[in-house]
Amino acid sequence: MTQLALVIDLNVCVGCHACVTSCKEWNTSGWAGPMVDQNPYDGSPTGTFFNRVQTFEVGTFPNTETVHFPKSCLHCEEPPCVPVCPTGASYKRPDNGIVLVDYDKCIGCKYCSWACPYGAREVDEQQKVMKKCTLCIDRITDAKLSERDRKPACVLACPTSARLFGDVHDADSEVSVAIRERGGYQLMPEWGTKPANHYLPRQKIRIHIDQDELTRVDNPLRREDLTDYTGEETLDDVAW
Amino acid sequence: MQDPVSHSDSTVGRVEVKETTCYMCACRCGIRVHLRDGEVRYIDGNPNHPLNKGVICAKGSSGIMKQYSPGRITQPLRRKAGAERGESAFEVISWDEAFGMLTERLARLRAEDPKKFALFTGRDQMQALTGMFAKQFGTPNYAAHGGFCSVNMAAGLIYTIGGSFWEFGGPDLERAKLFVMIGTAEDHHSNPLKIAISEFKRRGGRFISINPIRTGYSAIADEWVPIKPGTDGALILAITHEILSKGLYDREFLVQYTNAAELVVDDESRADHGLFYRAEMHVEEGCFDPQNKLWWDRDIDGPISTHTPGADPRLMGSYTLPDGTPVKPSFQLLKERVEQYTPEWAAPITGIPAETIRRLAHEMGVTARDQKIELPIKWTDCWDNEHESVTGNPVAFHAMRGLAAHSNGFQTIRSLGILMTVLGTIDRPGGFRHKAPYPRPIPPCPKPPHGPEAVQPNTPLDGLPLGWPAKPEDLFVDADGEAVRIDKAFSWEYPLSVHGLMHNVITNAWRGDPYPIDTLLLFMANMAWNSTMNTVEVRKMLVDKHPNGDYKIPFLVVCDTFASETVAFADLVLPDTTYLERHDALSMLDRPISEFDGPVDAVRIPVLPPKGECKPFQDVLIELGSRLKLPAFVKADGSRKYRDYPDFIVNYETSPGSGIGFLAGWRGKSGDQVLKGEPNPRQWEMYAQNGCFYHHELPRNYQYMRNWNKGYLHWARAHGMIRYAEPITLHLYSEVLQKFRLAAQGKWPGRQPPDRLRQRVETYFDPLPFHYDPLETQLTDTRRYPLNALTQRPMAMYHSWDSQNAWLRQIHSHNYLFLSPSVGIANGFGDGDWIWVESPHGRVRCMCRFSEAVEPGTVWTWNAIGKAAGAWGLGASADEARKGFLLNHLIAEELPAHDAGDHLSNSDPVTGQAAWFDVRVRVYKADPSEPEVTSPQFTPMPRLPGQDRKRGKWQAYMAGVFGKK
Repeated sequence: MTQLALVIDLNVCVGCHACVTSCKEWNTSGWAGPMVDQNPYDGSPTGTFFNRVQTFEVGTFPNTETVHFPKSCLHCEEPPCVPVCPTGASYKRPDNGIVLVDYDKCIGCKYCSWACPYGAREVDEQQKVMKKCTLCIDRITDAKLSERDRKPACVLACPTSARLFGDVHDADSEVSVAIRERGGYQLMPEWGTKPANHYLPRQKIRIHIDQDELTRVDNPLRREDLTDYTGEETLDDVAW
Repeated sequence: MQDPVSHSDSTVGRVEVKETTCYMCACRCGIRVHLRDGEVRYIDGNPNHPLNKGVICAKGSSGIMKQYSPGRITQPLRRKAGAERGESAFEVISWDEAFGMLTERLARLRAEDPKKFALFTGRDQMQALTGMFAKQFGTPNYAAHGGFCSVNMAAGLIYTIGGSFWEFGGPDLERAKLFVMIGTAEDHHSNPLKIAISEFKRRGGRFISINPIRTGYSAIADEWVPIKPGTDGALILAITHEILSKGLYDREFLVQYTNAAELVVDDESRADHGLFYRAEMHVEEGCFDPQNKLWWDRDIDGPISTHTPGADPRLMGSYTLPDGTPVKPSFQLLKERVEQYTPEWAAPITGIPAETIRRLAHEMGVTARDQKIELPIKWTDCWDNEHESVTGNPVAFHAMRGLAAHSNGFQTIRSLGILMTVLGTIDRPGGFRHKAPYPRPIPPCPKPPHGPEAVQPNTPLDGLPLGWPAKPEDLFVDADGEAVRIDKAFSWEYPLSVHGLMHNVITNAWRGDPYPIDTLLLFMANMAWNSTMNTVEVRKMLVDKHPNGDYKIPFLVVCDTFASETVAFADLVLPDTTYLERHDALSMLDRPISEFDGPVDAVRIPVLPPKGECKPFQDVLIELGSRLKLPAFVKADGSRKYRDYPDFIVNYETSPGSGIGFLAGWRGKSGDQVLKGEPNPRQWEMYAQNGCFYHHELPRNYQYMRNWNKGYLHWARAHGMIRYAEPITLHLYSEVLQKFRLAAQGKWPGRQPPDRLRQRVETYFDPLPFHYDPLETQLTDTRRYPLNALTQRPMAMYHSWDSQNAWLRQIHSHNYLFLSPSVGIANGFGDGDWIWVESPHGRVRCMCRFSEAVEPGTVWTWNAIGKAAGAWGLGASADEARKGFLLNHLIAEELPAHDAGDHLSNSDPVTGQAAWFDVRVRVYKADPSEPEVTSPQFTPMPRLPGQDRKRGKWQAYMAGVFGKK
């Protein structure tokens, strides 16, 4: 069975929010839209986003890491949001593993958001239905789009290509290779949700320079072998 | 719901896809704008565009909310008779009336004294047109925002290596092994740098970030080196010290391609002390380095012409020429200079341990030396030496405003240019690479006017409003050596202010120093808010009156797309379009979007009709130029020459028959010429067919070593990009600076500075790099104000242009002062508390946030998230005004009075770069009885006539139905 997912490379994510707004602009006018905004031009503006970037610090100065952490629905293989839904609005597609909400069936009871340990669901406060990442299902399945464009908007937008997209059940896919080779991990696996989305950890590159490497035989200082003689006394001047 | 798999966007409404160029920031990516029933449905990156290769950022993706923002101005507005300036009491007028008012007024000023008209613009990317308009009008009082952005970066590097970062060059991360980013740099270049950094990291490159703050790109650096603000020069000089003392410099590169081995007169008693010794030989006159200089040859132990085949010059030592002149190679002078700058010296200044500084130097030096790149590309240098390969040392740097926005920035950036040079990384693979039209001569040829006589009634300016002084005679001063420009650019106060000093225009005009002006036209420059220092006082100056009731700045015209804070102060408001509604040319004459591999320029072509009565500022200038009968805009009989801006772009040539115009692509009658050629009536069409950009990829042997690449330089000359095909020797030692210093010392035969400025010019025009405390630090009680305060630019709000944007403002609706927990503990407040931040010039109240990702002597906030109440189409209670704040209130535009003058700009003494990052502050807890709102607050700006009505509590954007609701 196909399980589509995102693999997010924290080693290159700079927290630019391209994924956040490209998602919003695609989806608000798409199948899963609109994505409503509350107080759009006034105090405490808030709205529906399928994808958000959290930034946090790890460690204490000067040994501090600043981590940008994009978060969206992880399209769990055992999604706890699905069985709790009283109307069947929340469902997991058998053909590609994407977890979706049917707004026509949703009664806005929020059980699913309580069940989701990742806080990935967003209630539309105007329409009173639950909304969430669809992996841009209306793009990736649209045969009228070019193959290049049949990807989630966030993946296409990401300037650092930090978002890989593919089938994590296909061992040869780009995402499976990345998970295998780069130590891709799931969030809170202890919950047994088997999130399809994975994260790739940071990797540090260091240079080690041995003291012996500092000076080479062709050191240019040797070409400035300057010993100016300006008439001062030397042993050659002492005649006995 | 419909099964999403059966849903196709292509079946919803009438679908159109149009290509143009983004303008949500100054990066200028290629975009595809998808329309549904004429409304913007989706904006994505153009996959074929050389800049962004299909990606798009948070801002670019939010263009929809810019287009449909209720903050837009839609009608020309005139301040109501009897209404006070600043009250936003306007009435709608027609464009005819607006043009009538402007033409009548400007024609009068042009006939009386063109200086009375000043035109200053923001990040408009159309300086080729605005600068030309100013010159044609005859006023020198023109500049764009470069003086308060990053002119130190432009000047510091262009006066050293003949090119600079961002538009004109950058780090070659495709081949670098080590990448060092110093200071805030994430905003210039945006997407291309993000693309390059991620590919660089994926290839296993090592990324070091040196920055007081760890945010943005620094977050993914392999190593973060926190540094105290304004001390980068000390660090770079100490690294250079270590590289020189270990012999980790690229000797061959220095000898062949820089002035390192050239002999400098070393006799303080002589008038030519510190100048290169010039041999008697015929040299052509021109703005290039004549090659009449000498090396000291090892083998003959005597002087020899530079680049004599087989010569092997000394880089060190001191010598006496046969005529008795004592000389030293300039590298020797550099070595002597950096001897004092040991890592141990720099450690307490920068806050970086000496062993770290030493290690950084070793990483740079050993990587450059031992990981040499060799590309099998044959090329020929200017001395006719054939090279079998192009080689490179894979250490790349990037820096921008973090180094630039200090009053020691010019010398710091020269230090960086010198470090990049001694490592042998200029226009070589893996190092720094130029982008067309750079490299250019050091300095480039265009010069400002030389004296007040350059300004004459009804006559174009004699000289260019902005240029590149190479000697004191190039300054724009009167007989007393005092400024002629309103911003005092190119005066002895800031001799190399190549981008002008926009940040002093309002203060100077208000004070009438050097003279009062009549009309100030501002284009997308928010000078009553975040594009000004000392904001509270500047807002008062804008409304200040003479005793007779006249405003001190009599007439203020503001052209903007949105109801910015500055619009409130206008006497006349001109509604500009958005980037989706206009033609634009991102020209080789200005700041194009070239790539390392060759020139690239781009256009915008309207995707949507203008909203209301909005008119592109470009068209406003063409119209005004025609009505004022400025020579470039009218035919010999005085009739109008260009129908509109698109017509102008196609047909204008820099001089009749020059073949050089605003656009480089598809020139010539049939569009088969590059860069130079006759106007092509189908040029716009050809750009439209090519994604709105033109990319000329150079042959590979013209892509490197361009300062000295004979083939490239001749190609560039043949295509009108450069006047001389002469080598552009790197200025390790700056003879240009020394000429100004000699003038200050009274040794220069020509112009000399006024006495009050002699010491200042002598000190800061040092031909060798040096480190000094920022000027304001020198004049501030740093015990009372112990902290440095900085701003950073959040990528989603880069340029602070988009508080009117419903999506972007949800990411940053307000800002905090970030500081080390140790600062909070020492001052008795906690995380999230309301605090006061006070500088010698003012104070603001804001909320704080503790952060471990900041050097403890530094506090910082996001730049210009705070807005004045009611501006930008936001409600008066918007977070931007109630919880957001502006650091600008704390930053003075002038230095305290001191020996060099009472009103010197708070700027770099060489370039006039605004010293935003020099401000010193202290912090303390706000009283619990104080209101939980930021301070200062301003009277809310009302909605303007023509602005959309206030939007409701909910907004659900759905393309195709949004406008119909």
